[in-house]
Amino acid sequence: MTVVLAIIALVLLGSAAAAMLSRNLVHSALLLAVSWLGTAAFYLWAGADFAAFAQVIVYVGAVSMVVLFAVLLTRQNPVGDVQVEPASRVRLTAALSVGACVAAVLFAAVVSSDFRPAPAQAPTATVKQIGLELMGPYGAALLIVGVLLTVALLGAIVLAASEPKRNPEDAP
Amino acid sequence: MISAAPESFLERLPLLAGDLIARVVPAPLLWFVTSLIAIVAILAIFGLLFAFLTLAERKILGRIQNRPGPNRTGYFGLLQPFADGIKMLIKEDIVPRDADQVLHYLAPVVLVSLALMTFAVLPFGRHLVPVELDTAVLYFFAAGAATELAVFMAGWASHNKYSLLAAMRALAQLISYELPLLLSVVPVVMLAGTLSTTGIVAAQGGWKFGFIPHWYVFTPWGFAGFLIFFTAALAESNRSPFDLPEAESELIAGHLTEYSGFKYALFFMAEYFGMTALCGMGVTLFLGGWQAPCAFLEVIPSYLWFFAKLLTLLVLFMWIRGTLPRLRIDQLTRFAWKFLVPLALINLGTVAFWHLTVGWGGALQLARWALALVFVIVPFVLIGRRLSAGVAPRTYRYAP
Amino acid sequence: MLGSGIIQGLAVTAKNFVGSFHDPARYTTQEYPEVLPTLPENYRNFPFLVTENATDPMGTMRCVACQICEKECPPQCIYIEKSKDKKPDANGKMQLYPAVFDIDTSVCMSCQICVEVCPFDAIKMDQVFAIAATDRFTGLLLDRAQLAKPNSYYHTIHPTEATEVDARLAEEKRIAEEKAKAAAAAKAAAPAKALPGDLSRDAGRATDPGLAKASNRVPGQTPAGQQAGTVPSPSNAAGAPAGPAPKPTSPTMKPPGAGGPAASGS
Repeated sequence: MTVVLAIIALVLLGSAAAAMLSRNLVHSALLLAVSWLGTAAFYLWAGADFAAFAQVIVYVGAVSMVVLFAVLLTRQNPVGDVQVEPASRVRLTAALSVGACVAAVLFAAVVSSDFRPAPAQAPTATVKQIGLELMGPYGAALLIVGVLLTVALLGAIVLAASEPKRNPEDAP
Repeated sequence: MISAAPESFLERLPLLAGDLIARVVPAPLLWFVTSLIAIVAILAIFGLLFAFLTLAERKILGRIQNRPGPNRTGYFGLLQPFADGIKMLIKEDIVPRDADQVLHYLAPVVLVSLALMTFAVLPFGRHLVPVELDTAVLYFFAAGAATELAVFMAGWASHNKYSLLAAMRALAQLISYELPLLLSVVPVVMLAGTLSTTGIVAAQGGWKFGFIPHWYVFTPWGFAGFLIFFTAALAESNRSPFDLPEAESELIAGHLTEYSGFKYALFFMAEYFGMTALCGMGVTLFLGGWQAPCAFLEVIPSYLWFFAKLLTLLVLFMWIRGTLPRLRIDQLTRFAWKFLVPLALINLGTVAFWHLTVGWGGALQLARWALALVFVIVPFVLIGRRLSAGVAPRTYRYAP
Repeated sequence: MLGSGIIQGLAVTAKNFVGSFHDPARYTTQEYPEVLPTLPENYRNFPFLVTENATDPMGTMRCVACQICEKECPPQCIYIEKSKDKKPDANGKMQLYPAVFDIDTSVCMSCQICVEVCPFDAIKMDQVFAIAATDRFTGLLLDRAQLAKPNSYYHTIHPTEATEVDARLAEEKRIAEEKAKAAAAAKAAAPAKALPGDLSRDAGRATDPGLAKASNRVPGQTPAGQQAGTVPSPSNAAGAPAGPAPKPTSPTMKPPGAGGPAASGS
């Protein structure tokens, strides 16, 4: 089992790293989709098949489309070299400090959570249980996420709609 | 009413074959061998089905258009698919010099493999499910959703503005129709109480009065749901009247422009596999899967019933292709968002009502059916009238 | 109601589908090599040479190598070489015949001008369209043997024209025979009056112009053949010097020495 986990981790982290390092923006977006698939594989390995397939449908099927549309519709030349400013000391200090903050938060989160040894049999959550949990204790979280996405959508529409006035002679 | 026929020899054939394999193959390799056999069987059967579907499509379309289809290669054109296969194989594989070589190569491969993966959860017979999953329906739509990425890869990798535009339009169409597709499936899951395809088929078992099956398509909400699912399936597999992405007169061949030879054949194959898989899912969800229509017809094995229903739906796809003109991109997106999604949501409400009124007995059952019919028909008529408000029926005036 | 149009459309296509199996109106395909198309009578495609009967095609050709069609052909796709000897034609008169008669079908545009100008009803339009060849030049060049087809064939492809032509030729033959009988009667009567030795020469000369005139008589041409008025008889053509227009060069790959034998046929 560890071999499988190692492979999944390799794919996940490797594609994420490659997505960050790639110069070609579309390649980055597609490698990000691969990393999402890796996450789905991880969920499958952990026995959460509902989460895995939901991950594929939502991320790989929809969010990747959003990312790609955004990339293609906003950049003039997504294939060319990404404009990277020359390295400077200010950038270095900024990068290190932000990285240190994020690392500190993650470290604190990992240390403060208690990892109980897993039972011999991984617990299987049926879809019914997941549904009951989502509608019950986690109902508020679900609704807030929905509101958040709606707000994001409305914001995108507002941004897109506030374009310069069109020539009235053009087609509507 | 379960008759004794389900235990007939033909019906139990897959179980017997499984036992035979279990005896021959050592235990550690068993799952590998059974999976391999399932994969090979699916590839063989659905590969041949794909080949003869192309021929059937051409012949059916031909007859609808007052002409024979292909009838020169072999009797009645039966060797035509093999001739087409040979032609595709020996064609030159042209890749544009500026195209993204890796993505150009990967796109059809990813598309075909994902389309094939959707076959894993279809229950072909009583004992013939390749993979039994608790969340089978979700898996099916997950694999289907991931194919959209391959469409984008194809359009992008061709390094052709028009391919990219067409890929964007294809993606817009696929995303728009994903929603009615999933929304029309939710009521079925709600009533069957499970996401597992075998469970959904089992929930449609039995017959009322011995000859009316309990298939969901014979209920008001089920009929509406089936129509919505069928329309969304037409659009998801890029079939007429929603074949804007790949029609020859639209930007040549859309995102497939720069593909020739076997890669084009792979795209074609992926489309037919997707079509077959969606029809199979439609049969499972609404038409009772492998259930026979009447009790005494259970002598025919369940897998034959599944294939009969599958072929019926596929012929219906071809019939519609031969009848309806193509929709423009704005017409089809408007159709999805303004018509199908509201109807699917209202259908959800109708099913909630249906589910909650299961207990009604006697004369109230008639009221339940009548109310469900009203909930289905009235929004359809109202929204239909509202959307076609400005469009009057055509009157032709000829020169005197 | 929304969707009723779709249902009606589906019904129409279903009717078409089912009807295509039993109703000929819903299955309009004629599967070509097995079912040949019925061509209208006026259909024309490439000329052919008419022969009187099928048993002796080379011997009973109506063509007398007058080369009028060769001169009148707009793309100049006909190439004719006159023979050195003469053969009797249908009326018994000695006529030249074409030793070589080639039509280049890759050039021929089926304009029918050669048919219209022929004074002897020797070349008529055929209806062949399936004469594809596997090579580019020689396969499409039809020679005399390939072009010669019997009058019975002409009747099968253009019945009304053929009967009209036959009637006309039979009429001319009848008039020629009557003329010949009258001349023979006159000849039989005249020597009875004159001296035998003197008038034999006169008698010979008297019959000759009669026959020449009879064969000279312009047959009833179709209204389009106005050039008929200027058609000289073969003997006159042989005697006259080469016409103002030089003989057109052969359209085929024949070596120049063999081609262009000029109007000095015999």
